[in-house]
Amino acid sequence: MGENQNREQVAGTTRVKRGLAEMLKGGVIMDVVDPEQAKIAEDSGAVAVMALERVPADIRRDGGIARMSDPVMIEGIQEVCSIPVMAKVRIGHFVEAQILQSMGVDYIDESEVLTPADETHHVDKFGFDIPFVCGATNLGEALRRIAEGACMIRSKGEAGTGNIVEAVRHLRSILGDIRKITQADEAELFEWAKQLQAPLPLVQEIAETGELQVPLFCAGGIATPADAALAMQLGAQSVFVGSGIFKSDDPAPRARAIVEATTNYMDPAILAKVSRNLGAPMTGIGMDDTVKFAERGW
Amino acid sequence: MLALQGAFARHMSALEQISTSERPIDAREVRTPEQLADVDALVLPGGESTTISKLLVTSGLREPLGQRLAEGLPVFGTCAGMILLSDEILDPRSDQFSFEQIDLSVRRNGYGRQIASFEVDLPVDGLDEAFRAVFIRAPIAERVGDKVEVLASVDGTPVLMRQNNVLVASFHPELTPDARLHELFVTSAVAASG
Repeated sequence: MGENQNREQVAGTTRVKRGLAEMLKGGVIMDVVDPEQAKIAEDSGAVAVMALERVPADIRRDGGIARMSDPVMIEGIQEVCSIPVMAKVRIGHFVEAQILQSMGVDYIDESEVLTPADETHHVDKFGFDIPFVCGATNLGEALRRIAEGACMIRSKGEAGTGNIVEAVRHLRSILGDIRKITQADEAELFEWAKQLQAPLPLVQEIAETGELQVPLFCAGGIATPADAALAMQLGAQSVFVGSGIFKSDDPAPRARAIVEATTNYMDPAILAKVSRNLGAPMTGIGMDDTVKFAERGW
Repeated sequence: MLALQGAFARHMSALEQISTSERPIDAREVRTPEQLADVDALVLPGGESTTISKLLVTSGLREPLGQRLAEGLPVFGTCAGMILLSDEILDPRSDQFSFEQIDLSVRRNGYGRQIASFEVDLPVDGLDEAFRAVFIRAPIAERVGDKVEVLASVDGTPVLMRQNNVLVASFHPELTPDARLHELFVTSAVAASG
């Protein structure tokens, strides 16, 4: 029998923080605004929920300054959920992050969906024991966030639009550049680092391993099971669904269908089966006259 | 490799790492009953046990997998996989089930939220050097039956256990480059299948 050796237990290591994202792979993380929605999300098979006061579609509609949610609202969701609870902070707002960590939130999203608090700096994420996810539109942005300690990268897409086009653009950009870097020679890697405005050692690591240092998830505009499967086939490892579920006509069946589609993303017959009779998806909006949240972040 | 949700890709790499020409391992992802019928041993990965148990039902795997396990299919369950193999889940959600293959009573997220997740050097019975064990929102085995062999413990809590062909860990051997526990599983699975 293994005896207790009083060896030191270490919390908040990079491996422990990155490990949680490994557990969320192949799953769906759902935006919820109250405990009732959180229950529906967990019952539908979500791997985690994102607790926020307003889904992105409503943030777009209302305008004004979007901030971290009220702790009471987040605690209400923590109480009813047995799956991980995530919450958002404004870009660069490390005090909001300190507050969420003290509340035992499982994951912090330093999110462009909220109004940025700092137009130059992101949060120093190595200073926290709980992991952070950050959005990215391209590989350079992803690597800058990883250099600051992000443990998961998600495409930014364009949250609250119900339009997948931006998320596809971002995934193709990130994964396409990774593929190109694996073909580059040593000298070309210096140029890649310069162009991406990213640390050279991270670029060299990608050339060697052929993959991002942390899991890459898709967010921003997923509204249907087919959208989720598209993101997965393009190379995302999980999906975030924000407004797409609870802004649709009938959230629970849609949530279940997106969960099944994310697991069976390579099987068109199952995708056809789960896409039937889901009612109307969120209406969504085009990109022409949209404020681009994705341009926030530096 | 049950590949419905969770850290299955990391387990696949670990199995590929220990595959040799003398003992080749053909690691495959299992998402359907047909794929399950073709495997000789199975890993149930970490992930969200609520999500995986729902997907076991929708995929039609719940019954055939229960059948194979009852027939003695060698199985290695980590974290969520350990929960799914235990005899009893304490405070389960009403719709959560387990395959009842090892005599344990398990509490989900027994250590608490992510902030309480940790890693530690773990002495393991049968291994010369400690295993770096990563615990992430890990379950706790609150009751361990007499037939269960405990291979490692942290502060008196069993974290690596075996009963017949069933091996379970409340931590994540797939998150470290050390494949000794996968080796242990494969060696005993080969022995079990003769």
